[in-house]
Amino acid sequence: MDILQTLKDLWEGSGFHSFLVDGGWKNLVMIIISCVLLYLGIKKKFEPLLLVGIAFGCLLVNLSYFGPDSTDALYHPELWTNFLDENSEYYHSYGHILSHGGLLDILYIGVKAGIYPSLIFMGVGAMTDFGPLIANPKSLLLGAAAQMGVFLAFFGAAASGVFTGNQAAAIGIIGGADGPTAIFLTTKLAPELLGPIAIAAYSYMALIPMIQPPLMKWLTTEKERKVKMEQNRVVSKTEKIIFPIIVAMFVILLLPSTAPLIGCLMLGNLWRECGVTERLSDTVQNALMNIVTVFLGISVGATTAADSFLNVKTLLIILLGLTAFAFSTIGGLLVGKLMYVLTGGKVNPLIGSAGVSAVPMAARVSQVEGQKANPSNFLLMHAMGPNVAGVIGSAIAAGFLLAVFG
Amino acid sequence: MNFSLVAAQAADSGTKMNIGDAAVVAVFGYAVVFFGLVLLMCVLYITGAVFKRRDAKAAAVKAAEVKSEAKASPEPVVDAPIAPGSAGHVKLHGVPDKEAAMIMAIVADKLQTPLNELRFTSIKEIK
Repeated sequence: MDILQTLKDLWEGSGFHSFLVDGGWKNLVMIIISCVLLYLGIKKKFEPLLLVGIAFGCLLVNLSYFGPDSTDALYHPELWTNFLDENSEYYHSYGHILSHGGLLDILYIGVKAGIYPSLIFMGVGAMTDFGPLIANPKSLLLGAAAQMGVFLAFFGAAASGVFTGNQAAAIGIIGGADGPTAIFLTTKLAPELLGPIAIAAYSYMALIPMIQPPLMKWLTTEKERKVKMEQNRVVSKTEKIIFPIIVAMFVILLLPSTAPLIGCLMLGNLWRECGVTERLSDTVQNALMNIVTVFLGISVGATTAADSFLNVKTLLIILLGLTAFAFSTIGGLLVGKLMYVLTGGKVNPLIGSAGVSAVPMAARVSQVEGQKANPSNFLLMHAMGPNVAGVIGSAIAAGFLLAVFG
Repeated sequence: MNFSLVAAQAADSGTKMNIGDAAVVAVFGYAVVFFGLVLLMCVLYITGAVFKRRDAKAAAVKAAEVKSEAKASPEPVVDAPIAPGSAGHVKLHGVPDKEAAMIMAIVADKLQTPLNELRFTSIKEIK
């Protein structure tokens, strides 16, 4: 046995050696980025349930994948390139992925097939009380207005000349401030951008308490922020049961491409409200949601292999994502101001910014800013209306983009 | 502008869009979101009106039943008994009962003192 040769083979097979050859330094940069993301998730509590998983997935893939020759890698981007290539013999072949993929390739099938985002939506539906929206249907206008950032970011990305129509649509949906929707649409339209888009979406969602307040103060007057809103009417149980059925029927008939997201969201909500399926509601809200979050986080993180992440496009996506969030907030606030004028000062425009989905963080920001202006102000329940309307609005926006570009 | 043509061109995943087409898709998309949610809003208003009317009818029937029962067997009006351990009544000035109960519970929680060891004399909303 040649000990020196064995040691040499061991060294050349190690990741440490791979850092020193063929752009291996990019993996080092990605490892540093994953550590920063872990710090933000753990220490700063930026959407930790998903960001910790995404960051660790990023770490795992960049520790094990150094190019197509990395046979022991947990995730193989080239397998997925073949999967999407119409000219490849492995086009849409899950069998090839299962037989040649690593652990994260197999988990990623759930993302690719749109299963995890839909199941997360089921959990979100089971956790959401649509009562404030049913009590005040005008909230839907704020949820619609707050999708402005989606379409402005789409336009910006398309006009930049850097991105294709599909990629621009996937970037735009960051403005919906809805992680599962962003992941769902991106895997359908531009899977090569999934890593940066998911990270941008979840990072900005975590940063909502920092992004929104300056815009809220800029676009509203002290007098508007002080407005105390009348208490919403009490919504009957029957109305809450009928609501998910009506929404599913209308939205899916209008845009069939929204069926996976809206269907799951409303099924989860029906389980919550109908009163005879507590066990299912409880499982979807807790056990299933947690299990899917584990798989979703780590497999989305796996798509951040150095070669596909470290480029100018990622920086542009992060910039466009911020623009999308800002303009979605502005859209909601402007329609909030319009409602303030039209109702003779009965609507506090601060609830408009909650239309950007991100349940319930955006509603909490409205509450906090409202209370800063008037300590006796309780806007939380009023802001929950536009907040949950934003979830439906972003699903419709995604459905539209999928119908056009899918 | 022919939207179906724009959509067909845009759907080509390898094609970059021109600014005009991108603007058309963006404006049309925003309009579709509004249309969908306004439609939903109308449906919610209609169902809400139906339920409000039904609830109002049910409440009227219930009130009539209570009134007729009260006429049939008039009983002397007795003040509600004071809860054991409480120290008299609290005067409410422009504050609903539910909010008053909530405020008292919050104060008790913040002071880490059982509610029946506190005495509230009045609660007034400062406008």
